[in-house]
Parts: sequence; C-alpha cells; structure tokens
Amino acid sequence: MPKRTDIESILLIGSGPIIIGQACEFDYSGTQALKALREEGYRVILVNSNPATIMTDPEFADRTYVEPLDAGVVTKIIEAERPDALLPTLGGQTALNLAIELAETGVLERYGVEMIGARLEAIKKAEDRDRFKEAMARIGLDLPRSVYVHSFEEALAARAELASLPLIIRPSRTLGGSGANIAFTEDEFVAMARSGLQISPVHEVLVEESVLGWKEFELEVMRDHKDNVVIVCPIENFDPMGVHTGDSITVAPAQTLTDKEYQVMRDAALRIIREIGVDTGGSNIQFAVNPDNGRLVVIEMNPRVSRSSALASKATGFPIAKIAAKLAVGYTLDEIPNDVTRETPACFEPTIDYVVVKVPRFTFEKFPQTRDVLTTQMKSVGEAMSMGRTFKEALQKAMRSLETNSYGFEQPEFAATLRSDDGLPGTARVAGGDVEALLEERLHRPRSDRLWTLGAAFRAGFTVSRLYALTGIDPWFLQHIQAIIEKEDEIRQRFDDIAEADREFWAEVKNMGFSDKRLAELSGRPEDDIRTQRMNAGVLAGFRTVDTCGAEFEAFTPYYYSTYEGTQESRRSDRRKIMILGGGPNRIGQGIEFDYCCVQAAFALKEDGFETLMVNCNPETVSTDYDTSDKLYFEPLTLEDVLNIAAQERPDGVIVQFGGQTPLKLALALERAGVPIIGTSPDSIDLAEDRERFKELLEELHLRQPLNGTARSTDEALRVAESIGYPVLVRPSYVLGGRAMEIVYEEAKLREYLVSAFQASVEHPVLIDKFLDDATEVDVDAIADGERVVIGGIMEHIERAGVHSGDSACSIPPRTLSPAVQAEIRRQAMALATALKVRGLMNVQFAVKGEEVYILEVNPRASRTVPFVSKAIGVSLAKLAARVMAGRTLHELGFTKEIVPPHVSVKESVLPFNKFAGVDTLLGPEMKSTGEVMGIDQTFGKAFAKAQMAGGMRLPDSGTALFSLPDQHRQGAAGIARSLAALGFHIAATGGTVDSFKTAGIPVEAVPDIDDTLRRKAVAMVVNTHANESYRNDGYLVRRNALDRQIPYFTTLAGAEAAVEAIEFLKAGELTVQPLQDYQRHARDRA
Amino acid sequence: MKATLTLADGTSFTGRSFGSEGEAAGEVVFNTSMTGYQEILTDPSYEGQLVTMTYPQIGNVGVNPEDDESRRPFVKGFIVKEYCPVPSNWRATQALHEYMREHRIVGIEGVDTRALVTHIRKRGAQEGIISTARRDQAALTEKAQRLGGLEGRDLVKNVSCREPYTWDQGGWRMGSGFARADAPEFHVVAYDYGIKFNILRGLVEAGCAVTVVPAWTPAEEVLALEPHGIFLSNGPGDPAAVAYAAENVRKLVGRRPIFGICLGHQILGLALGGRTFKLKFGHHGGNQPVMDLTTGKVEITTQNHGFAVDADSLEGAVEVTHVNLNDRTVEGLRHREHPIFSVQYHPEASPGPHDADYLFERFRGLMAGA
Repeated sequence: MPKRTDIESILLIGSGPIIIGQACEFDYSGTQALKALREEGYRVILVNSNPATIMTDPEFADRTYVEPLDAGVVTKIIEAERPDALLPTLGGQTALNLAIELAETGVLERYGVEMIGARLEAIKKAEDRDRFKEAMARIGLDLPRSVYVHSFEEALAARAELASLPLIIRPSRTLGGSGANIAFTEDEFVAMARSGLQISPVHEVLVEESVLGWKEFELEVMRDHKDNVVIVCPIENFDPMGVHTGDSITVAPAQTLTDKEYQVMRDAALRIIREIGVDTGGSNIQFAVNPDNGRLVVIEMNPRVSRSSALASKATGFPIAKIAAKLAVGYTLDEIPNDVTRETPACFEPTIDYVVVKVPRFTFEKFPQTRDVLTTQMKSVGEAMSMGRTFKEALQKAMRSLETNSYGFEQPEFAATLRSDDGLPGTARVAGGDVEALLEERLHRPRSDRLWTLGAAFRAGFTVSRLYALTGIDPWFLQHIQAIIEKEDEIRQRFDDIAEADREFWAEVKNMGFSDKRLAELSGRPEDDIRTQRMNAGVLAGFRTVDTCGAEFEAFTPYYYSTYEGTQESRRSDRRKIMILGGGPNRIGQGIEFDYCCVQAAFALKEDGFETLMVNCNPETVSTDYDTSDKLYFEPLTLEDVLNIAAQERPDGVIVQFGGQTPLKLALALERAGVPIIGTSPDSIDLAEDRERFKELLEELHLRQPLNGTARSTDEALRVAESIGYPVLVRPSYVLGGRAMEIVYEEAKLREYLVSAFQASVEHPVLIDKFLDDATEVDVDAIADGERVVIGGIMEHIERAGVHSGDSACSIPPRTLSPAVQAEIRRQAMALATALKVRGLMNVQFAVKGEEVYILEVNPRASRTVPFVSKAIGVSLAKLAARVMAGRTLHELGFTKEIVPPHVSVKESVLPFNKFAGVDTLLGPEMKSTGEVMGIDQTFGKAFAKAQMAGGMRLPDSGTALFSLPDQHRQGAAGIARSLAALGFHIAATGGTVDSFKTAGIPVEAVPDIDDTLRRKAVAMVVNTHANESYRNDGYLVRRNALDRQIPYFTTLAGAEAAVEAIEFLKAGELTVQPLQDYQRHARDRA
Repeated sequence: MKATLTLADGTSFTGRSFGSEGEAAGEVVFNTSMTGYQEILTDPSYEGQLVTMTYPQIGNVGVNPEDDESRRPFVKGFIVKEYCPVPSNWRATQALHEYMREHRIVGIEGVDTRALVTHIRKRGAQEGIISTARRDQAALTEKAQRLGGLEGRDLVKNVSCREPYTWDQGGWRMGSGFARADAPEFHVVAYDYGIKFNILRGLVEAGCAVTVVPAWTPAEEVLALEPHGIFLSNGPGDPAAVAYAAENVRKLVGRRPIFGICLGHQILGLALGGRTFKLKFGHHGGNQPVMDLTTGKVEITTQNHGFAVDADSLEGAVEVTHVNLNDRTVEGLRHREHPIFSVQYHPEASPGPHDADYLFERFRGLMAGA
C-alpha cells in the first residue's frame, strides 16, 4: 500500500536537551524522520526544546516549536496546529512519555490526533514491566525472575523470595535506567531499595534475579503494517550483563552465537514485536544468554527508535529512522528502495563484511567525587564507533577514536609505575603478587578503563580463562586482546630487525589495527618515520564501502571506512571538494553544538556546488548520516587517519574550526603535512590560544583583560598569583570546557591545585587570571570574512562570571547591559576579529564589571553557542561561515549587519548531577553540563520561565523559599526575598541571613540547620550561594539534598533574580507558544 | 603456512593455510550469511565448490555435533578473512580447523575476501584452486581453466544416498536438542539429490514419517512405497544435467502431492516443461527477500543456488507464486490443477531465518486434502 492520504499533518516530538542516556542520536533520528515525511508531502510540526539540534533548524519542518516538552505546552501546540497524527517513536523516552501523557489525559482524542508508529496500547505493554512480563509468558519466553515492590516492606519480602544476592534494583519509569543498581550485600540492598522507591516517579521498584555475567545481545527490529519484519542488526555486548548497554562496548554483528542460537533469538524478537503490537517502525530488544547452557531471557524492549538504532543504522548503512518514518505513514518495507543498492528493496536484512565496535566515552574526571565503576545506570556521555575488517582492527580504531589520548593498548597510568622486569616504564611486562592483586581488583568491578587494564593483565601474564572468570567478558573477545598484546611484544623485540620493505610485517600489524602512533611508541621512533617506512613498504589505507550487502550488489552510497587490506573502493572525483572534520565522540564541553556546525557547513557547501567530505566517528550524529555530505568517511579523527583521507581525496580545503577542539588539535600538523586548511589560519588560532602571544596582541589593541600570567613551575605560579592578587582563576592551557579550571582563593589551595594540574598537562603551562568577583559575563559570536566583521549575537549570562559559560544561562538580547557597554563590546569584538584575521566564526567572552569591559577569552572558531544564536536571530551563522571560508564575502551573502531580534531568547544548561551520586552540584569554572535548552518569548521573564521548564526545573508558585547565604550576598538577596514574599512565598533563612532580612524588613522564619530543614519541611525553592572555597564544602549537603528531592535550587543571586521574574510571569499569565518561523518572520518584517 | 587462491582468469589471492593442507579445486562462490558456517560446510549443494564467506570472522563458535546438515562436509575448500582458532560457545566440541583437517577440507585465511567477492560479482562465478603447496601461479591458472564449469555436470550422483533410509528426528530446541517424531500422520518419500537434514526435520515437525530414497529411484518404486506425498530435495549443480530426475518427477505429477526445494524446485520446473539457466554468481546467503505473490507478504529467506527457473518458460498449468525482490527471479511455483508446489529458497533455513517454515505445513495441508 502506498502512503496514507487520510492524514496531512504530523506532529513530531523531539527528545529535548542532551542528557546522559539520551543524546544526539535523537537529533539524527528526528532529522531523518522530518526529511522522510516532508519528502512525502506531509505538513510537519516539530516540538523540541533543544536549539543545538539540526532538526530544529526552521527549514526542516513546516512549523518548528522550540518550546518546553511539557504536556501543557504541547497541548497548546496541538490546539494551534491541529495535526492529524502524532509520531512519538523518534524522540527517545522523552517523546514516548509525553505521548503517553497526551493520550491518557484525553488530549489526543479531544483534538482528533492519531498516534502513528506505535499505539498507546503497544507502548504501555512494552513499558509496563508487569504487562510486559505477562506478554512474554503468553508467547512462551523467559524473563529473569522478578518482583515489583511499592514499599520498603514489600522490598524485604522480595529479597527473601528471590533468595540469593546479588539482586538488581530497578526503579520504574526513570530515564536511561537512572537509579538502577546492583546490590551485592544486605546493606546495599536496603539502601538501594529505599532510594529506588524514592526516585521512581511512580514509587515502584523492580527487584530482579541477577543475570549478572551473562552474555548480552540486542536486536534491532523493523516491522511494517503488513507484518513484514526484518532484523537490521544483531549486536553483541563485550561487557556482560551488569553494565548498562549505553556504557558497554558493543560489537556488530553478534560474534559468539551459532546459527541455531541466533535464530532462536531472531524468532523470539519477531514474536515479541508482534505480541507487543508495534505496528510500524523500529524497536530494540535486549536479550541475555547464559554462557553455560544458552538459556535465553528477554531483558527489555523499547518500542521506539533508540541509541542502539542509531548505532545499527551507522553500522550497517540501513537508515532505521528514515524507514521507520515511512512505515508510520503507510508504506511497507518492500515498497521502500534500499538507497545503497538502488535496485533492491529495504525489505531485507543487512549483511556486513566488516566488524563494528562501539566504545563509550566517560567523563569521570569531571566528577572526582564519584567512583569510576560501571553499573546498570548509564554514566557515559558519548561514544565512538569504528569499522574494521577484523575485530582487532575495529577495536584498536575505536580506542583511538575516543580521543582520550590513546592510540592503542598503552599501559594504563595506574600500572605504568608498577615494578617491571626490564625497567621500561609504561610498556614493560609487570610481575609480582601485588600487581596481580591490583589488576584483579580493578577488573573485578568493571571500570571505564577496562580495555587498557585487560591489556596490562595480559602483559602481566594473566590467561584468557582467568580473565574470563574475573570479568565475565567472553573468551572470544579476550583472545583478540591477548593476540594484540603478544604482537606488541613481538613488535618491540623485532622492530629493529624489520627491513624497511618488509611488506608482510607492515600489512600484518596494520591489519591488526595498530596505529602508526602506537607503533611509534612501541618501537621508540617518531610517528613520521613509521608513516614513511610503512608507505615505502607499500602498505596504504584503502577505503571500503558500507553497502548493507557484503558486496553482493553494487553500492551507490558513498559511505566509507578504511582498512589496510589494499583495495580502494572510493573514487576521487574531479569536483572541487571541501573536507569537514567533525567533533568525534560527545563529551562534556564538546557536544552536539559542534556537530550542528559541521552539518550546516556540509549543507551550505553542497548547495554552493562543492563536493563535501565529512570525517567523523560518532554514530549518534547527523554528520555521520550518509546523505548529509557527498561522501562520508567514518574514521577516527587522528593525524594518521585524516592524512589517509586527505591523500585519497586531495581536498581543495579542509575545515577544522567547526568540530570543536578535536580537529583544532590536528590543525598545525595537517598544515605541516601540506593539507590546505581554510578559514582562519592555524597561526591565528594559536595566537588566540597562546596566552603570551595573546596578551601582546591585546596590548597592541589597547584592550583590557583581567591581570594574568603564565606559569611553568609551582614557584612561578605562586609568584604570579601573589602579584595579581587572589582570588585567581587557574587552568591548564589548551583545554575545552574549562577542564581542570578552578577559582582559587588562597595560596594553600593553589599549591594543591598545581600538583594535579601539572600532572594533567605536562607539555602545557598553567594559566593564572585575576578572578573578577561579581562581574557579568558576556559571550559574543561574530563572523568575519577578512574585510568585514558582523556580530552574530551578544549573550548576557545570568550567572555571574566564574561559572563556566557552557553551564551558564544566557539571554539574547542582553538583559542589563547599558547601550554604552554593548557598543564597547561590539567595538572590541570587531577589533579582535580584524587583528586575528578571522575568516569564519569567532567567539569572545567578556566580563563586565560596572561599566568596565574585560576580555576573558577569544576563540577564532565555532563556539558552543552558534546554534543558539542562529536560532535566536534567524540566520545560520555556521552556513555563512562555511561559505566565507570557501571564499565568499559577507557582502555577497547579504549578511552585513547585526540582527537584534525583537523577542528574547534564553539558553539554559542541563546538568547530569542526578546520574552521579555524591557529586556536588555547585557550578564553577569547570563545565559540567551535558546539554542545553532554549526558551523564546516576548519578554525575559517568559523566555526564562520556558527555559527553566524545558530544562526540567519546575518553578514553584508558592511555598517556602529557603535562603542560605554568605555575608557578601545577603544584602543583594533582600530584593529577591522581598519579591518572593510579595508573591506569597514564605521566607525561611539560616544564621546571619535571618538578621539581614529582618533588618531589611522582610518577614522571615529562622531555621537552625539547613540540611535538617530540607529533610523535614516542604521547601519549594532554595537560594544558596557561595563566596569562597570553604563555603563550597559547607553548602554541599544542602545542594545535594535539594537535587535529590528535585527542589529548584539557585547557587547564584542572578539565577534567583531571573527565577523571580519568571515566577511573576507564570503566576500572572498564560504561557503561549509560537513557532520559530513566526519569530523569524516578525524579525525580518521589522528589519 | 602460506596458501594461495588462483582463479581461472589468472587472478590470485594470497593468505595462510588453515584446516587441511593440499589442493582443492572447484567453482568459487560466496555466501553472505553471518552465522552458520558449519551448516554451510555440510550442505551437499556445495559439492564441487569453494566457498568464500563474506563475513570476515570465521570459526568463532567452533563446531558441534548438532549442526551438521548432512553426513559429512561437501564444501571442497573454504576461503575466509580471519580464522579464529579459539572457539567460544557452550555447544562447541571442536575447533573448526580440526574439523576441517579431519574431513580434509582445504582452507585459506587472510584473504581479502571483499576484493574476491567484488571480482566474482563483476566477472561471474568461476573455477579456482586453493593450494598450500604449489607456487607456480601460471600452472595453477591453467589447471583452474581446465576444470570446466558446473553446467552439464551431474553432481547429484556424488552426494545422493546409495540406499533408502527412514528419518524420524524433529526440530532442534534450545535446552532439549532434537525432538523425536510423534505419531506421524503422513508418509513422505523424499528424493535425495543432496538433502539437508533440516528439511527432513521440517517434514517430521509437520507430522510426516520420511523415507529418503536415492536420486535415481524410478517413479514406480517410489509409488510402491505408498507415500502420501513426495518431496524433491535440494542438491548441487545444474538441474539440466540430472535428466533422469525430471523424467521420474514427470511420471509422478498428478499422482501424489509434491513439494520441491531448490534443485528439487528446478527439477520440478523442468518436469513441468520449463527451462533453467545459470545465474551470474548465484544467490548464496540468508537475507534474500522473497515475496509470496498470493499474500503480498515478504519473507527473509536462505538461498543457495547458481541456477534458476526461467519465468518465461513456464506456461499453462504452472504459475509463479514467489519472486525474489532483489532481482525478480522465480522463487516459487505451483501447479494450477494438481497439489504441487516448490520454492527455490530454503524454508528449512539452517542456516538462516525461519520465516518460510510455514511451507512444510502447506505441504501437510495438501496431503491432508488429497
């Protein structure tokens, strides 16, 4: 049957901000769906609060609502747009939950909106554990034994019934399995059951038989309304059950199943999707298999497109989200062509002739108070995927794709200093009982560095069977790591004897995935030498097509991965070509915003007739969709891999300024190797990053920056700090996201800091700046073409300077800056862009104290705020910048003057603290947020209220407001307290704050102990700021408690002030919605 | 030890020896299944062929006594990218290379199998030789050229059973292994052109007691066994070269319900007046989409054939019921008057998806209605 003609308009719900467990894979899936639906002529309405997504670019939908993902808000959108259908399966759990709410509250029925893709009944059957369990029993499938509990007493009964520990505790209805845990001891069980009941929004916890250590598999299933079902890809987890799939290393296809066992699993998947009744689209089903007898149990089913769907799509070339969207509007699988082969239909099961490995990326270093242990609660913030012809090759490629400064199985740091036989630190064979005990301990509970630890264990003489017993990782995977480590030994020993032209040797090690850099380490030679020697031996990378069919049919989709086997399938065209280097795996500090910029660049340059070549290794992204650019190279972003592509394609230009720090780090080396970098020169980038060079530049331009200095030793650092005066802001040079950045109030703390900073960054000095207390921070994005500079947007931060700009809320246009200050900011930004000869984008951070403007930092590249600014002003800065880099002028492009929109846009950050137990929630100079949301409306109060709502913070309209403030802030807070009192809030405060408020004439209740108050009283909001280091520790319990209880808490007065404005609005008026297209039309009309 | 694969057109690939050493000659084909190499090795339809696996990691799950599809392996030589010497699977009893040594299957690993497959796709299937001894490429090329193709060769006589036997083993289940026949309602005589065990198991699951007979058994002898239905099995090579088979089938048309699979389907096509032709490089894999034209539903199927029935040659009493969605070739046919049908693909799977196992029930239905 062709597409449905009884529906004309479709509402798609996005997934909101990037959080742990829900990342940019839903931008990828949503973007694919929007394209697919519009291709079919439907009118598409999108709602998503995340401005950093490609899908919220106004050209992707007919109506784009950047509004909070809240049932009330979406109801208003439905009211305004009257869509015929709602497609809820492409926006992650967020969209699914919202759709359930809209259906259950009768909104969909009231407005005659049909849920397509999956019906409410099917979603509930899959999501409700009891009903799912019943359903599985009906079709004869096993689940781990489990009991639902709704109280602590019931939990104890369940504990008795299931008898043996460990037991899994799963709170119901939380995102990304959040709150799930494994209890190994009685005490752990008690604690976890209690907290699980608390965090479950429905106060329900599943206590479950442990299948810990079993093998874990996932199948991606697609079904159409004619009941045709295909499996897109079987995925096998390297990590056994017990590690969340999102945190597991995963491999496609499955490796250790015979056909009989695989078909049992496949049959089960078909029965499940039919029984649950997902009508059309993709689902993901997880299984556990007992490694001793093959017993198969069903773990769960997601009746929607998921993170694994994105992985399976990228791994096979089968575009799950696009096809899911087409199936939802009535097509059947056999009616949709396979883009890759063109001749054959999408109704088939991809077969692949390579191995795919996904490795998650963690950021435990950002949260030092949390333990690096992997559990059933997801903690990774991103992932890298790689393809190779063998598991060994794919694994080693994946390791260097992670960008954790690893290029293979380096000896992990903890083992580097261990006693060794031959005295070679870091690479040597370690021996001795202590070492074994240490390795055992580190392997027994899986950690983020387990791959490298396994390498160290093999070096220490552990066997496959011993490591299997210790880790539960299948011997099949372990044997490959063992082979790699053995080969490393051979390389180390034999390298000097290897003749330059020993082609066989080079081919063998390169086919095992050894990077040139790792070979350089192992052989003690420079990487350049290795590269030259290898190339002389004739061992070069060839590019293979990802073709869904194992070469059975000719492939037309230009989607490639490299291998050193030899044959070359990528054909160079004679078109003018530009290569765009992507951002690699998401991490805190470098996320979807950079992918957004890369994708925009690809779109713009494609429109201008260039052949665009995308290089990236992040399977979640839009940039790694094979139809985003003309050619996609799914490759690690290392010098070796990028040079290989450059050698094959000989691009006319390479863009390094859109992918964040990742490609920038390669810029100088690429330029040295003769690769043409376009846009702002790597030298200018260096000039802006090099503090001393930059300081000279500012002096030349007569611009002011906070007093600062650079130190290469502890003594020097202490001297610098002394001379500029505390508090100071310290950080290692060349970092993104404020990694290891801290505000230090006294010498002792500085000494403490220096120990860790110098260790963290040996090659680079430490930067010390005077910290401007109580200043307002301002971000500016600008674009320049070498002649003209145009301001993209001036963003005033809500939080005071000192909070990382990535964690701070901000607004366009500025809220409090005087016209004179704004003019000065513009002047300075333009002067900098001109002096740095910027071609493309530039971001400047300013601090404003009184009427004084200070420059904090300049980055002549795309910044995190580019997508937000673009959406606020209605112009894609990244597209303009790409065109400028390719040689166009701003005049030609018609962007010659700053746009100051008539509406207000507020960006708010979203923080991952709820995933990391015991971590302080205080914001500081080190970035901790994973994502962002945007609120847009006519006034600041409204826009801020929407941003808060979108960020998951429910602003209260009444109740107790609790203040706990240091001396310096008490006076400033009086106004806030007064306003809240006027709005009907009851004011409570601690210690000196009480007196201060009383003096100011505000009725206030004195509470003795804040922590205790939080536990006992129904507190509606908390204002809890800090002034110095010692206070940070005092306030910790309050902040953590507030977070755990989901009470809005403000750690800055500015944030609290903004909240008061928002509460005033929420109490006063109706929240209204308006699509971006309308905002932008009004802005244009006005201009 | 080094090994080479030399094709008749002079192309050669180098790799390392695994399994048995020596020389193996045959038509080089590729299989795109990602699982089930043991079933593939023991599928008699591969008689006379060297099989290349497109999936690069082979040997992962070793070999076990349950997954053989016939009495012994028939693949002559095995070509893979990387052989994994240490199997990991709870049912594994042996490593693949030991099994291959035991059965004298010559293997070569470390081959750029994708380059080989692309070559075959472009140039078509051709003869080749795996050698672990001889280095003289020219001599190997010449030898490969002298091999001659599969067309016109009767390979069925090499693989068919010599004496009739009965079969009562049913399907495999996780945890309990193979089932036993349970009070069969029907008696089926199965022509063994190279039959796979899982077909027999499929018939048993559909309530049949099965007598397997040699490929050359005269129709009269088959009827004398008083079967409720007659089954025509899969098998190797060119259907046109087994004229005796089509001859016997022609005599059985209209006498009993008939069900044919793969070579059995082609033989039935010939018996009903159709023609067969050789495909460029055949269909060998477990992901081929086939549409049942009577229901419009698609099933994902296992296929293993180098020849096909020409749709244009079928007329009158015969109707095409299934087509391959990749290349629109005939995948199934049925007689308009008699209870006779056949499919080109493998509903018994093994390896591959079980989507088409309803066909055994369909056969049962025909016998029940006859």
